Amino acid sequence: MKRFLSSLLMLGLVLNLTGCMRDMQDQPKYKNLRGSDFFADGKSARDQEEGTIAQSQLRQDPHFFEGKVDGVDAVTFPMKVDRPLLERGRERYDIFCAACHGRTGEGNGMVVQRGFPTPPSYHIDRLKDAPAGYFYNVITNGFGRMYGYASEIEPRDRWAIVAYVRALQQSQNVDIKELTAKEREALDRPAVSEEAAHVPAHH
Amino acid sequence: MAQLFPRKINTIAKLSIIMGLGLVTGILVLGGILTRGPYYTQVGIAREQKVPFSHKHHVGGVGIDCRFCHTSVEKGAFAGIPPTTTCMKCHSQIFADAPMLEPVRESFRTGKPMEWTKVHDLPDYVYFDHSIHVKKGVSCVTCHGQVDKMPLMMKKNTLHMEWCLSCHRNPEKFVGLREHVADPHWKNTEDQKTLGTRLVKEYKIKKLTDCSVCHR
Ligand code: HEC
Ligand code: HEC
Ligand code: HEC
Ligand code: HEC
Ligand code: HEC
Repeated sequence: MKRFLSSLLMLGLVLNLTGCMRDMQDQPKYKNLRGSDFFADGKSARDQEEGTIAQSQLRQDPHFFEGKVDGVDAVTFPMKVDRPLLERGRERYDIFCAACHGRTGEGNGMVVQRGFPTPPSYHIDRLKDAPAGYFYNVITNGFGRMYGYASEIEPRDRWAIVAYVRALQQSQNVDIKELTAKEREALDRPAVSEEAAHVPAHH
Repeated sequence: MAQLFPRKINTIAKLSIIMGLGLVTGILVLGGILTRGPYYTQVGIAREQKVPFSHKHHVGGVGIDCRFCHTSVEKGAFAGIPPTTTCMKCHSQIFADAPMLEPVRESFRTGKPMEWTKVHDLPDYVYFDHSIHVKKGVSCVTCHGQVDKMPLMMKKNTLHMEWCLSCHRNPEKFVGLREHVADPHWKNTEDQKTLGTRLVKEYKIKKLTDCSVCHR
């Protein structure tokens, strides 16, 4: 009897080694994008009820959220344009816009080189004269074949991008007399590839 | 009464103890090898997807930034998988009729989200958060490998606890410049020891090894 009991115990111990219960690995909870068999549409995250406004969704300032003042495209920015904003703008521009519009805004990004219709350059008169709110609206709602970016880029970042686009426009339109001697010298140097430009100069 | 056990049983008894211990160690070692091997961890094994989405072409070739598609990686725990509209931003024009992209267009027409097979999947009892890692200068490549060279996505690390801890114990061996976390081509020009030690101070990086950091 003892023998039987102890072999049962051993068997139990051995089974323990293989006993891989998965119920802590896969718990009955919803994580991001995990489906659901409870809801008919199979989605675990419920869509927002129409006509409701969640916290932080109240959008009362049309200048900031829609780029409009008195119903027309705003000429001014709803915030102070400073260096941190421009730097944020450059980073976001390079992530979201440069693929098509190119790093300098000429409209010759990689995706265009692979066959996407060419967007206009930012350096044409029509766009140089366009108010800031116009760009904000194009980013938000899209334009022509460009889809809107409202769900990818937050309003503040959209303004940062607009500020950076303004800086790009300026950069292509500087009188050579405004440059310092050092900058002018840099202009005269032959163009270097982007990779070489990152290598610190030797003296 | 005759001896129940002859003398030679002693050797057998000793042997069986040694063999028994050997067997147990053997099983444990084998288990250890198996759970670290690619069959169990799926490291280096590419996943088939309904649409053969290639990071090699989109990131390595076209040069699209990770954050164009994985939009919540800087803000949240979850990196985010792009919705169908993200693909259509380009594929409404490029490869607009390619049969390969039919599931994408179908999803766009019907509004039913695309289904991707998960490649990384931590057990549910582990808490992980992308945003803190990205903010403290741990690059995508450190954890996900050279994504820009992968025609189909694969895991490059086991995601075992010992892997997480190898960095949490010595973050200075891995951290890089915050501005370059999403750039798969970035190489630091200083040596890692100098840069890492400097950044750990500058970014105030803590060594988080308490169990409750990841099991909460
Ligand atoms: C054009 C959009 C796009 C870009 C750009 C992109 N990804 Fe992805 N990524 C996807 C899609 C779609 C999936 C899901 C299909 C798959 O696993 O390949 C994915 C999956 C992944 C996964 C695996 C997710 C899982 O299932 O575990 C990782 C990791 C990842 N991407 C990392 C990156 C990194 C790092 C970059 C930048 C170097 C990047 N991605 C750039 C679209 C993109
Ligand atoms: C920013 C533009 C852009 C986005 C966004 C984009 N693609 Fe592409 N895709 C391209 C380009 C450009 C090519 C052609 C690649 C080449 O020429 O090497 C391509 C090619 C492809 C191909 C053809 C096979 C290949 O890899 O060359 C597939 C499939 C594909 N994309 C799927 C997707 C899916 C799925 C998504 C959404 C998660 C997506 N793409 C998002 C630009 C994009
Ligand atoms: C510290 C390591 C680490 C870094 C750095 C990291 N990831 Fe991840 N990533 C993970 C782990 C672990 C998972 C699996 C998460 C899970 O299963 O819950 C994951 C999952 C993902 C997924 C699948 C969706 C999800 O969140 O589960 C994507 C997409 C992804 N990572 C993209 C990125 C991108 C893009 C970057 C860089 C901006 C990045 N990761 C940086 C470790 C990392
Ligand atoms: C290559 C380095 C590296 C790897 C690999 C890594 N981490 Fe981290 N992790 C960090 C750094 C750096 C921090 C930030 C520490 C700090 O707050 O100063 C961090 C912080 C965290 C935090 C704290 C977040 C919070 O909100 O408190 C969690 C949770 C975490 N990591 C989980 C994980 C898990 C789980 C894994 C493995 C799947 C992992 N990490 C792998 C470097 C890493
Ligand atoms: C940096 C994050 C991190 C910390 C800190 C951490 N763990 Fe883990 N732990 C993990 C991950 C990730 C896994 C899942 C490994 C896997 O997928 O097999 C895990 C798995 C486990 C498991 C399950 C192992 C199995 O075989 O299923 C146990 C038990 C555990 N941890 C205990 C602890 C204890 C106790 C501590 C504190 C001393 C601790 N962990 C600290 C990340 C962490």
